[in-house]
Amino acid sequence: MRLYWEVARRGFRRYATYRAATVAGVLTNSVFGLIRAYILIAVFRQRGTIGTFDVTDAITFTFVTQGLLMPVGAFGRMDISERIRTGDVVVDLYRPVDFQAYWFAHDAGRAAFQLLARGIPPVLVGALVFHLRFPSSPTTWIAFAASLTVAMILSFALSFALNLTAFWLIDDRGTNQLATAIQLFLSGILLPIVLFPGWLEAIARNSPFAAIVELPVEVLLGKHPGRALIPVLAIQLLWAAVAVGCGRLVLGAATRKVVIQGG
Amino acid sequence: MGEVFAVYRRLAGAKLRGDLQYRASFVMFFAGQFLITFLDFVAIAVVFGRVTTLGGWSLYQVAFLYGASGVAFGLSDMFVSQVEYVPQRIRLGTFDSLLIRPVSSLLQVVAEDFAPRRMGKVLQAAIILGVAVAKLHLAWTVGRVAMTVCMVLSGTLIFSAIWIAGGAACFWLLEGQEVMNSVTYGGNFMTQYPIHIYGAWLRRLLAFVTGTAFVAYFPALYILDKPDPLGLPSFMPFLSPAVAVVACVLAGAFWRVAIRHYRSTGS
Amino acid sequence: MISNGDAVIEVRRLEKTFTVMQKTGRLRRTRQQVQAVAGVDFTVEAGEMVGYIGPNGAGKSTTIKMLTGILVPSGGTIRVVGLEPSRRRVELARRIGVVFGQRTQLWWDLPLRDSFELLRHVYRVAPDRHAQNLAAFIELLDMGPFLDTPVRQLSLGQRMRGDLTAALLHDPEIVYLDEPTIGLDVVSKAQVREFLANVNRERGTTVLLTTHDLADIERLCRRVMIIDHGRVIYDGELETIKQRFGTERTLVVDLEEPGPPIEVEGAEVVKVEGPRQWLRFKRTDVTAADLVARVAAHAHLVDLSVEEPDIEGVVRRIYVEGLDP
Repeated sequence: MRLYWEVARRGFRRYATYRAATVAGVLTNSVFGLIRAYILIAVFRQRGTIGTFDVTDAITFTFVTQGLLMPVGAFGRMDISERIRTGDVVVDLYRPVDFQAYWFAHDAGRAAFQLLARGIPPVLVGALVFHLRFPSSPTTWIAFAASLTVAMILSFALSFALNLTAFWLIDDRGTNQLATAIQLFLSGILLPIVLFPGWLEAIARNSPFAAIVELPVEVLLGKHPGRALIPVLAIQLLWAAVAVGCGRLVLGAATRKVVIQGG
Repeated sequence: MGEVFAVYRRLAGAKLRGDLQYRASFVMFFAGQFLITFLDFVAIAVVFGRVTTLGGWSLYQVAFLYGASGVAFGLSDMFVSQVEYVPQRIRLGTFDSLLIRPVSSLLQVVAEDFAPRRMGKVLQAAIILGVAVAKLHLAWTVGRVAMTVCMVLSGTLIFSAIWIAGGAACFWLLEGQEVMNSVTYGGNFMTQYPIHIYGAWLRRLLAFVTGTAFVAYFPALYILDKPDPLGLPSFMPFLSPAVAVVACVLAGAFWRVAIRHYRSTGS
Repeated sequence: MISNGDAVIEVRRLEKTFTVMQKTGRLRRTRQQVQAVAGVDFTVEAGEMVGYIGPNGAGKSTTIKMLTGILVPSGGTIRVVGLEPSRRRVELARRIGVVFGQRTQLWWDLPLRDSFELLRHVYRVAPDRHAQNLAAFIELLDMGPFLDTPVRQLSLGQRMRGDLTAALLHDPEIVYLDEPTIGLDVVSKAQVREFLANVNRERGTTVLLTTHDLADIERLCRRVMIIDHGRVIYDGELETIKQRFGTERTLVVDLEEPGPPIEVEGAEVVKVEGPRQWLRFKRTDVTAADLVARVAAHAHLVDLSVEEPDIEGVVRRIYVEGLDP
């Protein structure tokens, strides 16, 4: 356990050194948040509520989403696939440490840092310009924390499995772009899913991507109070389990490939 | 200058030949880019699934904005965005190789990495623009045609100037490019919608100070014959070329200052 | 027209000071002034081939950057073919060629041939003149086999040959080379030196060569300038330096078992470490071969090697012993 804590700390510190890049990133997040907020205001001016959202929900959603972009790893992580490409990964696989758990710990450190450094500032910017709505009851906050945690596990597991495909695919830039695009769209980052037409909303809600961003933020907005939280967490946990399982399967296949072919 | 065009032509040809050799990868990237940038329009379509007008603009009018902005952005991305590689060049020490040649460093940087596979964005935006124009049933006068051509050219120049300014900023701050990216990508995103929906301060900063309002919005007011809800004078659309020229001059000057700084402090 | 004997490079009281940020503690930074070049004077005439040598960090590359206009001096004046490099960079660029040892100016992803073609346009060289030069260089440097290979796939030696060609295709009057043989194998080094000698001889191109390798200078230059800590500490005939400091070498022998210092004529044991002994000798007193024979007569040798004088050693000795005979 001690090892994983150290690994997590290393992940945290590594990302903490990119100070200027973090500031620049926050700026980009804030700018996009502001633009999206105004667009949604214009939309909601026509229709007072859409789905369960009103305009304040939508604006809050926008800024929280922008803040969560990096911690949740919406743009994919390339650490593992980079190591696969250079061949360094072979060393990792022979270590007496669980490969998936190791990278999870590393990623947890990264996520913790980015939650603080990239997650909070855009929300502050939004709060300065607009009126945001945050839950007053502590139970909602706890529910959000739980939902967010599962979301990040799910996001990591998905990314992990995807990164591992680099063992078989040589140039995955194209597929990676496509995957990122689909994820961005279905997760609610571009537009809150409640705005989607019924059929598309249904598809999105049942996809793992919505479980990463849309659902936790909806919980924060208080859209799934009390018992209604259960199906939300359930679907998140289900996808997380599936993703982790897939990850282990792919990892097994990759390890076999390395052992047999020698990397 | 003439030698730079000759170099550019040859480089572009060589890059195109090189890219086409790896056909599968080229096609994948092209297709991927096409689809990703198309998502922005899907978002617009989704929005219009819920409302019929946005800030008084119809779907096809907004699509016109999107297409115009996208074409200008895509063209500048294709021709000028390789200025993003300047920090890498400085780090590797290969920027000096540009300074020993009898050609302006900026022209060399721009000519360096013409990427035909980035055409996906341009093509996609052009298609949307075409569809919008068809559906809007505009009466094409000489003035409208001229304004459209002018709009695309000026827009490309304005975005290009911002890219170059970002590259110049990298000589002081490695993250200068990322800051400029929020202006270029942010500016592109912003001008896909009519700018009067934005709060006054954001509008002034992102659309006027950076000039991106002149990329699509003002020319569109003229072409689509819409009154300006902001009540600005009616000659605004005709200022686009002037804004483009000023932007380029400023960007060029900024680049020169950056090079002067690099040459006195070393890498 | 510049003819042999005219000064093509004139440097007076050249200075360059850099401001370096030092981190002291977590957030604070102090400014430190580092003087890379601290008052350098020299003149180079047309057609000369001059060596510019010194230890690492002595200021060689900085000088070259100022001569080519890449870096603006902090003080002093430079005139290259009558032009001030920092002000007339573009104009001067047509008349000079530069080779950086550790970086290439060739286009990375394109075949070598394409780089040469592109440079023809960059420098606006007349097509027939370009073709003539290119053919000559291809033959001299034996580049035929890899002309169509992308530069990123070339070996270091091949790339250096490409860079040499790139620097000379436009018939520059002066060519600067910054560590051109660094990292090359023995054969490639010889090829580069042969080529430079040829260019200087046949075309009258003025050559200024910085290097860390004394053998480069030995093969090519009559005149050498030694720079250390930003100052030129010697400017004159190579012969003089060679006779004073370049004749000493060290023979390193590994004996079968540790023993007392070997006593042989013509050499002096300067260090003993177990079975290994370092013998210093003067090349003018005894050849390496003879010395080995003499040592072998005294003891059983397991292994041996000969160390050449290095530039750091020479510089150190110049400081310690001074230049006066």
